[in-house]
Amino acid sequence: MGVSAMTTPTPEAISTPTVVRATNLSKRYGSFTAVDGVTFEVHQGEVLGLLGPNGAGKSTTMRMLYQVTPPSGGELELFGMRSGLDARRIKGRLGVVPQIDNLDEELSVRDNLRITARYHGLTPAESRRKAEALLAFAELEAKATVEVRALSGGMKRRLTLARGLVADPDLVILDEPTTGLDPQVRLTLWDKMDDLKRRGATLLMSTHYMDEAERLCDRLLIMDGGRIVAEGTPRGLIHASLPPFVVEGRLIGGDDTPFRALAVEDARDFVRSGDRVSVFVRDGADALARVLEGGADADRTFVRPSNLEDLFLRLTGHGLRE
Amino acid sequence: MTGHLASIGRVWLRNAWVYRDRWYYGLLPNFFEPVFYLLGMGVGLGFYVSTGGAFDGDYLGFIIPGLIAAAAMNGASFETTYNVFVKLHFGKIYDATIATPVGIEDVTLGEAAWAITRAVIYGGVFLLVTLAFGTAFDARLLGALVAIALVGFAFSALGLAFTSVVPTIDLFSYYFTLFLTPSFLFSDIFFPVAERFPPILATVAEFTPLYRSVQLMRGVMQNGGEGVLLDAGYLLAFGIAFLAFAVWRMRKRMIQ
Repeated sequence: MGVSAMTTPTPEAISTPTVVRATNLSKRYGSFTAVDGVTFEVHQGEVLGLLGPNGAGKSTTMRMLYQVTPPSGGELELFGMRSGLDARRIKGRLGVVPQIDNLDEELSVRDNLRITARYHGLTPAESRRKAEALLAFAELEAKATVEVRALSGGMKRRLTLARGLVADPDLVILDEPTTGLDPQVRLTLWDKMDDLKRRGATLLMSTHYMDEAERLCDRLLIMDGGRIVAEGTPRGLIHASLPPFVVEGRLIGGDDTPFRALAVEDARDFVRSGDRVSVFVRDGADALARVLEGGADADRTFVRPSNLEDLFLRLTGHGLRE
Repeated sequence: MTGHLASIGRVWLRNAWVYRDRWYYGLLPNFFEPVFYLLGMGVGLGFYVSTGGAFDGDYLGFIIPGLIAAAAMNGASFETTYNVFVKLHFGKIYDATIATPVGIEDVTLGEAAWAITRAVIYGGVFLLVTLAFGTAFDARLLGALVAIALVGFAFSALGLAFTSVVPTIDLFSYYFTLFLTPSFLFSDIFFPVAERFPPILATVAEFTPLYRSVQLMRGVMQNGGEGVLLDAGYLLAFGIAFLAFAVWRMRKRMIQ
C-alpha cells in the first residue's frame, strides 16, 4: 500500500520532469580523476542505466547525487535544488540501494525498515505501516523479527532494496544492485525492479551486466574512464554504432580469410582474439552462408544479434569486466 | 536546527532499540562490578588502610565517588570506541544512515548522546549499589546523576575524537591501557596524588578529565558542592572541544 504511493507524482514533480541535471560534473582525488566532466539528465519516470566497467566512475557519480561525495567541479541539481546546499531536503526525496549490503546487523529485519523510515522523518505509526508494506514487497514477512545476520544473501539484497523505498522516493539510486548474486536471486530482484518500473518510479542504476541493462533500462549512459562515451536507448545505441548481427567462429588451422572477407565496409567490423573471430554484418543469414562456403567449420560458426558488450568493446577498445 | 535535533534523537533511538533487545545481558556484570570493587577495595583493603585513622577511618567512603566517576568513564568509553568503530568500519551502517536526511554530524552527536545514556545507566547502577555501602539516600543522589552525565559527556567526546582518527581497532588498547588505566589509578580515586608524587606529576594529573570528574563527584556527594562549578565547567568545555573535533574528523572521513 505504502509502496504504491510512490506512483503518485507530487505537483512539484509534474512541473519539473527533470529529476537530475548534471552539467560538466567532475570529481578528483588528488591527481586521480574519478569523474571527468559528465553531463546528463534523469527524467521523471525513466529507468536510466550507467553502464561501465569497475573504475568507470559510476559509483562516484551516484555518491555525488546522494550527497555523500562533494563534486570537485561542474554543477548538479536534483529536484530543482542545488546539490550540497539542500543536502538534507534532497536526501529526503531519494532512496539509495548501495552496492554492498550495509544493513544494520544488530537490528531485526523489521526494525531496519522502521529506523530508516524514522531517519526520513516518518512518525512512529507511519514507520510501522511503511515497514509492513515493504516487508510484503520484499517477501520477508516471515522474517520480520529475525536479525539481519541470519538472512541469506538474496534476502539481504531484497531488504536493502526495500529499505531504499521507505521514503516513497522521487528517485531511487541503485549501485550495481545485482553484482555478485546468483542467477536465481538476480531474477527475483529484476522482478522487483520491473515492479517498481511499472509503478512509474524513476530509477538510476549502475551495472556492468549487459543483459540487466538491456532488460531494465529505458536509456543508458555508457561510462569509461570517468567520462560518458555514449548515450541512448539500449537498441538505439547498438544500431547507431554497430551492424545488427555478429558472425562468430572458432578457427581451425588459423585461416581467417572467409571471415575477414565479410568486413568490407569497416575494418573494425572484423575482430580476432586468438582462434576466435567475430565479424559484424548487416545480413546475418547471408554472411553465415558466405563464410560456410568459404570453408568455415559449420559446427563452430554461428550468428547472433549485436549486443551492448560488443558496443562497449567498440567504443572503448576493452571489455566490461576486466 | 530542529531537523538536526530530531536526527540526533533518531540516531540515539537506533541505539536504544539495540539496547532494548539485549540490556539484560549487560546488566548483571554492571551490577556485580561495583559490588566486587566495594567489597575488595573498600571493605577488604580499606580495613587495613583506615586502621590508624587515615581517610578519617573510612576508606570505603573515600573511594566511592571516584569509583562512580570511573564507571561513568568506562560506560562512555566502550560505547564510543569499540562500538562506534565497528559501526563505522565493519558494519558500514553510517554509510546507510547518511544516505538518508540524517547527516554525519547528527550521527556523531547522536552517538555522543547515546554514550552519555550508557554512562548514566552504568554509573547510575554503581551509585545505587553504593547505597548498600553507606551512601546516604538524599537529594545529593540527583546531583550525582547530573555529574555522571557530565563525566559521560566528556569521555564520550574524547572517545569519539580518538575513534575518528584511528585507522585500526588494535589501537584502542593504547587508549585503554596507556590512558584510561593510568587515569583510573592516578586521579585521586584511591589516594591523594599530590601527597605521594612530585608536584609536576600531580599537576599533570589535575588536568586530566578523570581527575576533574572525581573532584566533581566528591564535591557533589561529600563536600557540599564545593568547587563543583569549576569541575563541571572544565568537563563541559573539554567535551565540547573534543566533540567539535570528532564531528570535523568524521565529516572528513565519511564525506569524500
